[in-house]
Amino acid sequence: MTAQVITVTSGKGGVGKTTAVANLANALAMDGKRVVCIDGDIGLRNLDVVMGLENRIVYDIVDVIEGRCKLRQAMIRDKHYPELYLIPAAQTRDKNAVSPSDMVRICADLRPDADFVIIDSPAGIERGFRNSIAAADRVLVVTNPEVSAVRDADRVVGILEAEEKGTPSLIINRLNPVLVKNNDMLSAEDVLDLLGIQLIGIVPEDESVIIGSNRGAPVVADAKSRAGQAFRNISKRLQGQDVPFMDLDVQNGLWGAIQRFTGRK
Amino acid sequence: MSWFTRKPSAAESAKERLQLVLIHDRTDLTPAELEALKDDLIKAISRHIDIDPSAVQIGLERAGREQRLVADIPLKGVARRRAG
Repeated sequence: MTAQVITVTSGKGGVGKTTAVANLANALAMDGKRVVCIDGDIGLRNLDVVMGLENRIVYDIVDVIEGRCKLRQAMIRDKHYPELYLIPAAQTRDKNAVSPSDMVRICADLRPDADFVIIDSPAGIERGFRNSIAAADRVLVVTNPEVSAVRDADRVVGILEAEEKGTPSLIINRLNPVLVKNNDMLSAEDVLDLLGIQLIGIVPEDESVIIGSNRGAPVVADAKSRAGQAFRNISKRLQGQDVPFMDLDVQNGLWGAIQRFTGRK
Repeated sequence: MSWFTRKPSAAESAKERLQLVLIHDRTDLTPAELEALKDDLIKAISRHIDIDPSAVQIGLERAGREQRLVADIPLKGVARRRAG
């Protein structure tokens, strides 16, 4: 068995890449998969706090590359899942401390003992992004149903195709079904039609995501969270299962109004 | 869409704007360059056949991730010649 390397990227910042990585990694670990996450955002690391592992960092990826520690020593074990690890980014260095070939080498070392390696790419299309896609077998592009995020996602898809990384799969994050129903937000169909790539998941806007990030406990563990359910579904699709897309239609009538009012849907 | 103003919805407006922006981002062709291309096309075609330059429409269309340059060039005087 050799791990599949998956890079999560977006072009635009703030669309939910890090949240997606933390949630997908946790969902895969829940299914018993051996997962290693790599924070590719050198100088602006955040995956550690979203996963709740910031207090355990001793070494980081640049320490591995520069030979100050072994790869194993930079792998931080998760609090809940013993086969989930994080390799943190260096906080006091810049992107040039890592090269694409360093990433390829680190991923090659991780492949034999993991099922999934998930790389959290920084925003943008520069060095950090190039490093993050260098070793990828598969790329997931995260976007929001919003003009600037879709535009940047399209640029990234174009670059990935030009680099012969194949066509990436799309995660539409923070879709608000009420706004879509009122024609105030691009629908998932609109975004798919514009970008012309394959969909792997739609994650509804959900307050529990913010609460989970604040606690350092990704929402996939919360059985009641709609976003958590969406991430669990994406993780099943990454494992090759055929899972139907969630029904995000807004309920009409009084019951729908009550659900909207109480924020459950 | 509002009944009285017929203003496009925010979603429609976002989609229309994105369609245009993405076409130009993908082809790296500005509206001015497209206009220059149209002028060159009109000149080239006019050397061979009579056309009405003001009626020429040229634009970029997309289907999935494919871009296509589409020109609509009405011919001038064909109907008259046939009648005569």
